[in-house]
Amino acid sequence: MSLPETLVQRLNGAAEAGPAWLAEQRRAGAARFEEVGFPTRRLEEWKYTDMSKLSAADFGVADSAEFDEALYDELKLDIDAWRLVFVDGIFSPRLSDLESLPEGVTMAPLSQALSDDQQAVREQLGRLTGIEFSAFSALNTALTGEGALLRIGRGRALDKPLYLLFVSRRGDTPVMSHPRILVDCEQESEATVIEHYVGQQGAANLTNALTEIRMAKASRLSHYKLQEASQSEYHVASIQIDQGRDSHFTSHNLNLGGAVVRNDLMTDLNDENATADFLGLFFGQERQHIDNHTKVNHNAPRTYSNENYKGILDGRARGVFNGRVYIKRDAQQVLGYQNNANLLLSDRAEIDTKPELEIYADDVQCSHGTTTGQLDENAIFALRARGIDEQMARGLLTLAFATEVMQRIRHTAVTDRVERTVAGKLPERFNLESLVEESR
Amino acid sequence: MLEIKDLHASVEGSEILKGITLTINPGEVHAIMGPNGAGKSTLSAVLAGRDGYEVTQGSITFEGRDLLEMEVEERAQAGMLMGFQYPVEIPGVKNIYLLKSALNAQRAARGEDEIPAPEFMKLVKEQLAFMKMDPSFLQRAVNEGFSGGEKKRNEILQMLVLQPKLALLDEIDSGLDIDAMKVVAEGVNSLRSADRAILMVTHYQRLLNHIAPDQVHVLINGRIARSGDRHLAEELEARGYEWVTEEESAA
Repeated sequence: MSLPETLVQRLNGAAEAGPAWLAEQRRAGAARFEEVGFPTRRLEEWKYTDMSKLSAADFGVADSAEFDEALYDELKLDIDAWRLVFVDGIFSPRLSDLESLPEGVTMAPLSQALSDDQQAVREQLGRLTGIEFSAFSALNTALTGEGALLRIGRGRALDKPLYLLFVSRRGDTPVMSHPRILVDCEQESEATVIEHYVGQQGAANLTNALTEIRMAKASRLSHYKLQEASQSEYHVASIQIDQGRDSHFTSHNLNLGGAVVRNDLMTDLNDENATADFLGLFFGQERQHIDNHTKVNHNAPRTYSNENYKGILDGRARGVFNGRVYIKRDAQQVLGYQNNANLLLSDRAEIDTKPELEIYADDVQCSHGTTTGQLDENAIFALRARGIDEQMARGLLTLAFATEVMQRIRHTAVTDRVERTVAGKLPERFNLESLVEESR
Repeated sequence: MLEIKDLHASVEGSEILKGITLTINPGEVHAIMGPNGAGKSTLSAVLAGRDGYEVTQGSITFEGRDLLEMEVEERAQAGMLMGFQYPVEIPGVKNIYLLKSALNAQRAARGEDEIPAPEFMKLVKEQLAFMKMDPSFLQRAVNEGFSGGEKKRNEILQMLVLQPKLALLDEIDSGLDIDAMKVVAEGVNSLRSADRAILMVTHYQRLLNHIAPDQVHVLINGRIARSGDRHLAEELEARGYEWVTEEESAA
């Protein structure tokens, strides 16, 4: 595979930056990427999502984090949290806030961690997601230099979320960024991490994020990914978790934006009583393409997973749900449940849904279900019987369908944002926007 | 206000209502009573506009309009509201959305502007207090996880906010304990006025102890077998429906 000269130079240039161990990983990542290139649909894992038109040569790299304050206020979540802000992949100290971060907790931009806490980065970077995982993981490894290092120390329970905001600007030339996020949850710690990707309207950038999360014994992590890229952006992200005994991971994977989006969410349940809850929502309109791949590996007996993904597609949008549950030989008494429900609001919208169960133990309970569908006619009748016209009744139920996966979310800044965004994006015939805006 | 004339209706080809005639004027409270299978729920369903019920003969007019030609939502917008026997749970749809969009639909049908947000909140909070319901209720999903009593209270709350001209109450007392019954009855009684009418459909006389009707009709085998004032209900309570049934067949 031949790559454009500019990219080769960039790969080689990045490979020389930073400490020697990192330079080595970068060179390997660059070599791997040069070998495989962006994935084509011939690859089973990329069957539904065509990335072959993507050319890294089309993207520059941002050189400043300058950003209009008013626009920033509009894009960020209004939430009481410790915050790191990145603009086109560049850390913005001015917009970040780490005031009174408790002792025993680390929250640092990766660039800073690479100079202050190099060992911690070295211990984690690339340990869960290697360069072989995909062309994007190889590219991220080759070109990353920014992101975050989060560590929640033993027994620490945080009362505020750790909020990572990645803003994507509209610029003269599109840029690409490769955030790497490392999260280390030590024994019996409890935290909430929010990764929020938001694009300025018209931004046409490529974001290629990679998150690696280690969860020690009895740790708890509530992870949010709120993706609101502009409708002309590429967004690729993988999140890999490694779970120890009695750990509990909850994922809220909320995808509302992006032109072409690919998410990979994977956890390894490595010891007894490790539990993973995967909750997802994706909403696509116009020509948006949103691909969600999830994978739960039950590597030990008595491990538990529960997955519920909901998709709403309008216009000519296309959604993909590919959920794999793997149960290792002799991993007995495992519970693994999966559900994917979708609503298509137009004849030209499309969903490809593919559950995959791979089970090598005999004493397990697993189920999966997919529905594409229908709203509850009894509920429509009940709303109409109060005078609400049929279109709006369908709109209310569509919004309800979307918000159902958020029932357990206690951060109203997140639920409000999603609810308002979905209400605003639903077809005008549903007439929901002002209703939701004014009922807060 | 409501005029039912010689109404015949069938479900899956079998005739359930066999000629009902009934007139309800503004200010009146009517109760339709009857044993199981008499056609009470079919009558409610036809009035509400449910699918699957075929009117084969007769007419219903509501304020001079042909009710059977009106869509479900048009009936409500015109001021006819049904309090259901089994209110539906609607997960994810907040009560505030239902109340507000329903009220605005009604206003739009009358050619009025949407209600301003502060005015709406004031109105809703007053009615919530009257029904002894917590304001947090507004952000909860419609009837989701509600007890039977809470669901019925919610039906009445919707009536209080939407102020129908004609309130139809289908077995509104079923599944209520004594305290909830009182709150529901107070809500219904507060709706009584000279320009409004109420039609209750019930199996039991005890509801009428709380909401006193002006007229009672006994529905037997798809027809109104007898009409009278509230004393008819007491007589039914004492003598049972068989008494009317026997007289009906004797006649």
